[in-house]
Amino acid sequence: MATDFIGKPSKRVDGLKKVTGQARYAGEFEVPELTHGVVINSSIARGKIKSIDSSKALQLEGVLQVFTHENRPKLAWFDKSYSDMDSPPGSPFRPLYNEKVQFNMQPIALVVAETPELAQYAATQVKVEYETEPHETNFDSQLKSAYVPEEFNSTPPPEPWGESEEQFKKAAIQLKEEYFHPSQHHNPMEMHASTVHWEGDGRITVYDKIQGALNSQKYLMGVFGLAKEEVRVLSPFVGGAFGSGLRPQYQLFMATMAALELKRSVRVMLSRTQMFSFGHRPKTLQRFSIGASAEGKLQSIIHETYAETSKFEDFQEDVVIWPAVLYKCDNVKLSHQLVGLDEYTPLDVRAPGGTTGIFALECAMDEVAYKAGLDPLEFRKKNYSEMDQTKKVPFSSKELMECYRQGAEKFGWQNRKQEPRSMREGHQLVGWGMAQGAWEANQKPANAKAILSVDGKLKVSSATADIGTGTYTIMTQIAADTLGLPLEDVSFKLGDSSLPEAPLEGGSATASSVGSAVKAVCQKIQEQLLELVKKQGNTDFAGKEVEELDFKDGQMSLKDQPATAVSITELMAQNKEDQLQAEISAEPAKEEQKKWGRYSHSATFVEVKVDEELGTIKVTRVVSAIAGGRILNPKTARSQILGGVVWGIGMAMEEYSVMDNQYGRFINHNLAEYHVPVNADVQEIDVIFVEEKDDVVNPIGAKGLGEIGIVSVAPAIANAVFHATGKRVRALPITLDKTM
Amino acid sequence: MRSFSYTRAQDVKKAVSEVSSHEDAKFIAGGTNLLDLMKYDIMKPRHLVDITRLEMKSIEETEGGGLRLDALVSNADTAYHPLVEERYPLLSHAILAGATAQLRNKATDGGNLLQRTRCYYFYDTTTLCNKREPGTGCSAITGYNRNHAILGHSQHCIATHPSDMAVALAALEATIQVSGPEGERSIPIADFHRLPGDKPEKDTNLAENEIVTAIELPKKGFARHYTYLKNRDRASFAFALVSVAAALELDGDTIQEARIALGGVAHKPWRKPEAEALLQGKEVSREHFQQVADAYLEGAEGFQYNEFKIELARRSIVRALMQAAKTDQ
Amino acid sequence: MEKNTIAPISKEKVTLTINGKEQQLEVEVWTSLLDLLREQLHLTGTKKGCDHGQCGACTILLDGKRINSCLSLAVMHDGADITTIEGIANGEELHPVQQAFIEHDAFQCGYCTSGQICSTIGLLNEGKAKTLDDIRDLMSGNICRCGAYSNIIKVVQEALERSRTA
Ligand SMILES: Cc1cc2nc3c(=O)[nH]c(=O)nc-3n(C[C@H](O)[C@H](O)[C@H](O)COP(=O)(O)OP(=O)(O)OC[C@H]3O[C@@H](n4cnc5c(N)ncnc54)[C@H](O)[C@@H]3O)c2cc1C
Ligand code: SF4
Ligand code: FES
Ligand code: FES
Repeated sequence: MATDFIGKPSKRVDGLKKVTGQARYAGEFEVPELTHGVVINSSIARGKIKSIDSSKALQLEGVLQVFTHENRPKLAWFDKSYSDMDSPPGSPFRPLYNEKVQFNMQPIALVVAETPELAQYAATQVKVEYETEPHETNFDSQLKSAYVPEEFNSTPPPEPWGESEEQFKKAAIQLKEEYFHPSQHHNPMEMHASTVHWEGDGRITVYDKIQGALNSQKYLMGVFGLAKEEVRVLSPFVGGAFGSGLRPQYQLFMATMAALELKRSVRVMLSRTQMFSFGHRPKTLQRFSIGASAEGKLQSIIHETYAETSKFEDFQEDVVIWPAVLYKCDNVKLSHQLVGLDEYTPLDVRAPGGTTGIFALECAMDEVAYKAGLDPLEFRKKNYSEMDQTKKVPFSSKELMECYRQGAEKFGWQNRKQEPRSMREGHQLVGWGMAQGAWEANQKPANAKAILSVDGKLKVSSATADIGTGTYTIMTQIAADTLGLPLEDVSFKLGDSSLPEAPLEGGSATASSVGSAVKAVCQKIQEQLLELVKKQGNTDFAGKEVEELDFKDGQMSLKDQPATAVSITELMAQNKEDQLQAEISAEPAKEEQKKWGRYSHSATFVEVKVDEELGTIKVTRVVSAIAGGRILNPKTARSQILGGVVWGIGMAMEEYSVMDNQYGRFINHNLAEYHVPVNADVQEIDVIFVEEKDDVVNPIGAKGLGEIGIVSVAPAIANAVFHATGKRVRALPITLDKTM
Repeated sequence: MRSFSYTRAQDVKKAVSEVSSHEDAKFIAGGTNLLDLMKYDIMKPRHLVDITRLEMKSIEETEGGGLRLDALVSNADTAYHPLVEERYPLLSHAILAGATAQLRNKATDGGNLLQRTRCYYFYDTTTLCNKREPGTGCSAITGYNRNHAILGHSQHCIATHPSDMAVALAALEATIQVSGPEGERSIPIADFHRLPGDKPEKDTNLAENEIVTAIELPKKGFARHYTYLKNRDRASFAFALVSVAAALELDGDTIQEARIALGGVAHKPWRKPEAEALLQGKEVSREHFQQVADAYLEGAEGFQYNEFKIELARRSIVRALMQAAKTDQ
Repeated sequence: MEKNTIAPISKEKVTLTINGKEQQLEVEVWTSLLDLLREQLHLTGTKKGCDHGQCGACTILLDGKRINSCLSLAVMHDGADITTIEGIANGEELHPVQQAFIEHDAFQCGYCTSGQICSTIGLLNEGKAKTLDDIRDLMSGNICRCGAYSNIIKVVQEALERSRTA
């Protein structure tokens, strides 16, 4: 038995449940006497509800209630009560609050019935009349009223440095271009759902689709004035989220409201159409002015972003920091403005800001490289940055050069001909493109608890989430590895608001934050074990510190002195300890971390084949080289990157939430017309993890992999399409009409 | 979905009489289109007649040397049927280019012909749509019209017919056997679907309460020189932007007969026999194919988001014919 | 004018064999096979990702063939034999395809997984997939938003190999 698990490919510990259909998601919990709610959404983008006539629906036997703004229970009054752990600045949307309609598909009523079919039917019988007001959903025409938000919900763009305008004007090579990508929706496979179990004594247990059970709990406490003990939120399995579960969505409000009012258990599952009625990746228009010397040295970068937001919240993401993270340049100006529209507030979507900004940046840099007559990879090496210019600090680690080297070698980049349209196979133009990316390696405070019982079973818990990211598995590995126990003896619990507090599962910070807490809490247990052995009078260990110990194979020993080994369980038994317990709070070493730029990096190489006449594009080969710190589990880590690549393919070529400005409504609101990649869209993908040591980012040295896999894929594809066809497509998605 | 009553028909006659005797009644076969639309509250039948128990599930050779596909044969069983694969590979390929393995297992040949448009507005009951609610207006003309028609549209509707199978059937000149209160008749595929005109609510010329019993393929299957080319927004599981069913009969390099049907461009599979005739007796050449492509697209008119289809259709016709001329199986 | 549409829904008796067990059930005629499984029989392994045939999460085997259970009325399948993800394993012993999904890490969130597994078995039953491109196309009816496709393909290839040599 070997118990070193960190860094080893390990099968998912929740795999068995997932392949047998036993993993239960929010809308699947069996509770007695369950009722079903169906949400009705507005059909206008702006105006007032004149009347809602529910009488016909209520006549149906088995329909319990139709909730509207007119008959809803009393709710909290202050904005603060509706804000959640991920609210941007502004005034959060309040479902069923009053007659005002602020966006199309706004939830305006909830029908509750004994069966889901009946609730669906009853919903067709509710008649709504509106007083319509003109809406503004047209991004292009509202661009003129773009504004700088008073408050930024992530980092404000760094102050400009150098003389970007002047240097741009003087530069031998000048690029001035606009890049655009449309709104995109998360569309996790599981639609948002909440099952609220009315426990009978005023308490409720809520199964919610959320990337942090505590966020839903906090929200419900605020909105419905519930005490912490009155609401427990569980989300043991989440069927994908990609950011859609960062904020509690309205099904949670609806199901809880109905349960509290009807004193019944209620389930609300949104429809796929309704998955287009809340947050999305905001469309952006990005303008670049880039100046470079004739040899291709960057001299000036001006990056302006215009992004959509709602009229009631200022949503903003880190779109413009990337030039300062990825390139060395002495004259830089970055700005981010918002365009307010009559739509729901955008929301973080996988690698928010990074995906957006790096797409435009890396396409623009490819253009500059071509203007300078440089191979795109050479160009990037030439402008390689050793410093995080957003904060003017060095990098804690940056093995991007190694990503270039290994990625290029695997891909065969050296055989590339610079000239566009220089490679073909029959009708197909072949193109090779590359791009680089980065993502922040953040650690947030997190708590964890561990209980080691005398039978050798270790239970660790923290109120984090596993949205497919492998949290269950990785935490189990870290715990087992730290205490030297077999994986089967370790269990990790998450997705429960009653567990020790953890941050929202997002931004690739879970492995780092919760992982550090898990490691630390297991180290606490190590200390307790050391105390026990000392108490026994075992002289081998006298005066020793835990750092001097090895924990493996269920035993504790002095490093390099296997003979000193004592069995952990025997030790506990001898001391009559049924269990050892510890709970800790792991805080990032903020002061030290502040001195460093902390990022994961990627280099993506792509081959596309474009049909010369018909424009159809195939991404035939992708090599994604990642510097992501320590890789805790190569198996699940690789899957994360594969997923990122698939998302990049979707973003580059398919995904597009079409806003119909006649109605102010996303119009392709289903999976038949909102195209996400299918199996046939995905061909060869190679993932490389380059070795990278980093003891600044967090005690485990892992940087998180949820986002780094996606950021450089779409631009690499766009650049490959240029190389194949000679066409620069600067507006995503790159559909066949743009390349034919 | 709204409330409805349900009966299971045991034979064609009863099915027809069941459907005739109920108000707003519909046949249901695979259900993959009807249930989809009922759940979206787009179609609201008050009675369903389940025809899946009817004895219409075989594929048989006809006396004239053709093939008869019963209306209830699944799309998958049709595409993989040895006689279809051997004699009508164009049809096989077209079917397999549509939907997914799961859907094709359930979808029936009759239902496939009668599936309705995928126009975004038809699919969204909060918008105006003449096909869904006659007389309300067409949102697509001034809206997002990527998957809309460039040929044969009217000021009332610019929707396309989404079937891939029907495009191949049009090229193969199949006939549709139907049975109704007035008895049986057969409708050439060319007359089965219709153009929107001022009645976009009517997709086909099937009379009320008529049931499709079978599809008959004539002897000529163009099994040597054919292509089904489907352009779409992803590599699989997407409706056609433009598709082409091309079939050639060659004598050496000389074209004896050419058939071309377009999908995704009109309210019905688009044929233009007088343009096809241009190829008769001509040599296989890109130039000739370009001429026929130009003739096919004559008078085509696009909208804001689908203008590209005109050129795409032109190029697709040429490509499909080139490929067909080369295939020799 | 909208006609008076308020009408109660009727119920019908059906016999279904689900995962080897024959059951007499009374179903409302508007109930889909998917909702029957999930809501009435609590077999929630079969997933709902769209309810409209657009994702494949609801894939089950109906008389050995893979279909979308969301676009099927339960009442229309009287007498049918249904296998859901809960019936794929042989007791405690996983089906080789299930085992391979774990080995190859062919899922992340797991929400599409039941459908992918049923679809893989359906594909094997059909016996039409010959090339890698065939497999990719014939597995395209199952969307995986987590993007586990490359690993899923390995599972299917391996299963095909196994069935060829068996
Ligand atoms: C997500 C998705 C993607 C798809 N992609 C494609 C695609 O790419 N290409 C493509 O071609 N198709 C595609 N389809 C459509 C699919 O092929 C059709 O839904 C299917 O062929 C319909 O057959 P059915 O038997 O299920 O019809 P049903 O849904 O049972 O019936 C459809 C209509 O036909 C009527 N009807 C059925 N049978 C008869 C009969 N014998 N006589 C008279 N009336 C009858 C019904 O009353 C109903 O109005 C897709 C479907 C979905 C859901
Ligand atoms: S194109 Fe036809 S189906 Fe689409 S909105 Fe217009 S009328 Fe309706
Ligand atoms: S739920 Fe049936 S296909 Fe999506
Ligand atoms: S594993 Fe999450 S959708 Fe496939």
